[in-house]
Amino acid sequence: MKNGSTISRRHLLKTAEAFSVLAAIERLGPAYAQSNEAAAPSSELSGSTINLTIAETPFRVDEKMGRAVTINGMVPGPLIRLQEGEEVTLHVTNRLKEPSSIHWHGLLVPPEMDGVPGVSFAGIQPGATFTYRFPLKQSGTYWFHSHSGTQEQDGVYAPMIIEPTGPDPVQYNREHVVVLSNWSFASGMTMIADLKKQSGYFNYQRRTALELLSDVKRKGWKPTYEDYMMWSRMRMDPTDFADVTSHAFLHLINGRSSKSNWTAFFSPGERVRLRFINAASMSIYDVRIPGLKMTVVQADGQDVQPVEVDEFRISAAETYDVLVQPTEDRAYTIFAETNDRSGYIRATLAPREGMRAEVPARRPRPLHTMEDMGMNMKSMERGGKSMQGMDKSAMEKTSGGKEMAGMNGGPKTSDAKTPTGHEGMPGMQPPPAKQKQDAMADMPGMKKTDAVGDPNLVKVPGSTAVPHGPDTHGTTNQTVPEVTRSRLHEPGTGLGDDGWRVLVYTDLKALTPFYDTREPERELEIHITGHMERFIWSFDGKKFSEASEPIPFRYGERLRWTFVNDTMMEHPLHLHGMWMHLENGAGEYIPRKHTINIKPAERVSVAITADARGNWAFHCHLLLHMEVGMFRIVRVSGQDPKGIS
Amino acid sequence: MKVFFRLLLLALVASFLRPATSMAQPAASTLGAASQPRAPDNLEIPKGWPKPVDDGKRESYVLVDVLEFRPKPNNSDFRWDIESWHGGDVNKLWLKSEGERNTALKADYDIDAQILYGRFLKKYYDFQVGLRAETQMYQGRNVSRGQAVIGVEGLVPYNYEIESALFISQNGDVSGRLTLTKDLRITQRCVVQSRLETSMAAQRVERFTTGRGLNNIEIGFRLRYDISRKFSPYAGVSFDRAFFGTADLVRQEGGDPSQIRFVVGVRMWR
Repeated sequence: MKNGSTISRRHLLKTAEAFSVLAAIERLGPAYAQSNEAAAPSSELSGSTINLTIAETPFRVDEKMGRAVTINGMVPGPLIRLQEGEEVTLHVTNRLKEPSSIHWHGLLVPPEMDGVPGVSFAGIQPGATFTYRFPLKQSGTYWFHSHSGTQEQDGVYAPMIIEPTGPDPVQYNREHVVVLSNWSFASGMTMIADLKKQSGYFNYQRRTALELLSDVKRKGWKPTYEDYMMWSRMRMDPTDFADVTSHAFLHLINGRSSKSNWTAFFSPGERVRLRFINAASMSIYDVRIPGLKMTVVQADGQDVQPVEVDEFRISAAETYDVLVQPTEDRAYTIFAETNDRSGYIRATLAPREGMRAEVPARRPRPLHTMEDMGMNMKSMERGGKSMQGMDKSAMEKTSGGKEMAGMNGGPKTSDAKTPTGHEGMPGMQPPPAKQKQDAMADMPGMKKTDAVGDPNLVKVPGSTAVPHGPDTHGTTNQTVPEVTRSRLHEPGTGLGDDGWRVLVYTDLKALTPFYDTREPERELEIHITGHMERFIWSFDGKKFSEASEPIPFRYGERLRWTFVNDTMMEHPLHLHGMWMHLENGAGEYIPRKHTINIKPAERVSVAITADARGNWAFHCHLLLHMEVGMFRIVRVSGQDPKGIS
Repeated sequence: MKVFFRLLLLALVASFLRPATSMAQPAASTLGAASQPRAPDNLEIPKGWPKPVDDGKRESYVLVDVLEFRPKPNNSDFRWDIESWHGGDVNKLWLKSEGERNTALKADYDIDAQILYGRFLKKYYDFQVGLRAETQMYQGRNVSRGQAVIGVEGLVPYNYEIESALFISQNGDVSGRLTLTKDLRITQRCVVQSRLETSMAAQRVERFTTGRGLNNIEIGFRLRYDISRKFSPYAGVSFDRAFFGTADLVRQEGGDPSQIRFVVGVRMWR
């Protein structure tokens, strides 16, 4: 037991009230997901030897039967709980008719144990068993999933918790794993085919003539006309936030639908640790628990200095651990809305079985902003003084009505003071409220994108807009932004205007510095490219098959890698084998992440210590983006481990 | 003249095909043999391993954009416009067919079929070259001809789908056709497709009811309902008018150079 309290967390997990809500329907759900039911031996695995089997299994979602690809017959697969410092052996047997694999997402393992077919090994053939063996060099919340085809979307994903050797800096009475995912009865390959033929195939939130009329009524003819014409001229869709929407996906928490309402239990006054894992193949969620403050204590398995927020965006493959301390004897809704607002998943946090709280109202679907397009705001800023007298409609003409909302979120979100009366978090030090950006004094409502006035942002590479330069990404890249800039201090388009505090990447600070804090000695840049209209996704204008050589890292070097998003969509980039140290201005406390969500027209830099020799995958974690070519191999080579301990 | 066009066509085809063949061969990499023991710092990916992602898949697409019945007292007929491609992101094989049966405008029928190689260029366009066969009724008998095709198909600013083609017959007759369509969504499933199609020719070719210059303009509006995105019944109206020499030829054939037709049909793709 790591905290000083009298209740053992393990004890609670194993002997807590055994409730099985709709157990007959969700038989496939793992026991850890079946509320607080005493964990069956198969649903939580631990020890030095673990056996996993990948197979096709019937899967029932609400009233409909489908076929899932499962780990040990469950969706999500069993929770694996391990101990830092130990070595683990995992025998993975493939009972499918096609090759399979398991990748340990976020774990630092030897390259041949990383589980990416074609990069780390040949894959696990049908009927074969592959034995993974590696030491656990870290602790925290992680997950694992198939890296073969679209099996991940079909159900091959599961949580993994590695307990720290030392005392856990996070103190809690009880924990729950919350695995978010998206389920479809259609296959990923069919989705790719449909999107290649009609890129808006899944989007049922497009602009219509009826919306045009209401916009005219609201904003007047001229600004509306100019806005619609601008998007139409660019051959882009301002409603394109998710390639596959909730039209095709049913969202799940721990394998359970909103209807079957997975419930996690607490006793009022307890500190509850929720380990959120976004195992969705194609969905980005905005998560909140109305009525509760969430204190973020871990990101991507790495402890961070506590940050108290009301909502956070979790991109595909990210994890966030939050603490909540409900004091009232009532139910709370865990609410995760997709970033395009086409759907949501809810679960319940309650003191007893059968309780539920109100499901919050859905928010309107967002529209892309001028910043998403990478329009040069500098020219607007230069004319700032003269724009003082600019009327609202003139402002809207450049960005279009509601979408201005995405531009004025800054001050509101980052400076939102903690409303009084919320349940406090004793023992947790809320971070000092800091000014992340000043509203442009002469242009109320306009988000300032320069680093001026913010000592933190000045240290963020790319916090000043950088012109893109000529488009050399070829015909399969649709557009390039005029400028790209750091957007780490922004919550994301369509988020942050609700008057509560939303987590931003500049809030993340590592709890302890990394062993290597050298200034990067070498810089690389890679552009996120693609063609939304043709569903082509690539890096630097080239799909994986078109890129002849791996990206070379020198063993032992500390390098800076700058990601430039030339597209209008968010992309969670994932590097295997090494941490990406997100250069967010936190000095030696810059956070370590395995997956970083890059916003449209954003420029983000990470520092990397190339301390793992071998071939490693680097890709967008939106599964279908990866599958069509947004993938690279990073090769760390060289003999001289100079500079790393 | 004939020789000139053949040479021009050859040159065009050659210029399209050269980059295409080099594209078809992925850059050969120096892979170490899988059987050889790997040196400690040999990080080459063994030959026998699969690709980590399958990003070169080919898809097959069939779009039945127009398949409609055009009721008219004593003279109902039908019409279609179908295209299909097979291939990857850049190189595609295209098959197309347009046709109308019992058309008062030209003859008893007018059908074409095309086979084209297309290459994705300039971010929004498929440049196409290939062959076209056209057949129609002229003075009670079937006439047909073969043509070379050079075309551009894609999306122009303001979201108009464009399909344009230049046809060069074996006799050196040059004609062209341009189609523009645009979707206006009323709701998420209810869509008005406006469609403009026009033909022109450099020479008068009587057998194919073609005058010199602008031949005809057809403007149509089709209101469809997407039961799914792949299957949408529609109803609409189409205005078709022949001009100049073409109009004279239509009259000679006993046709009406200016018509309004109501249409019902289905749009689908897979």
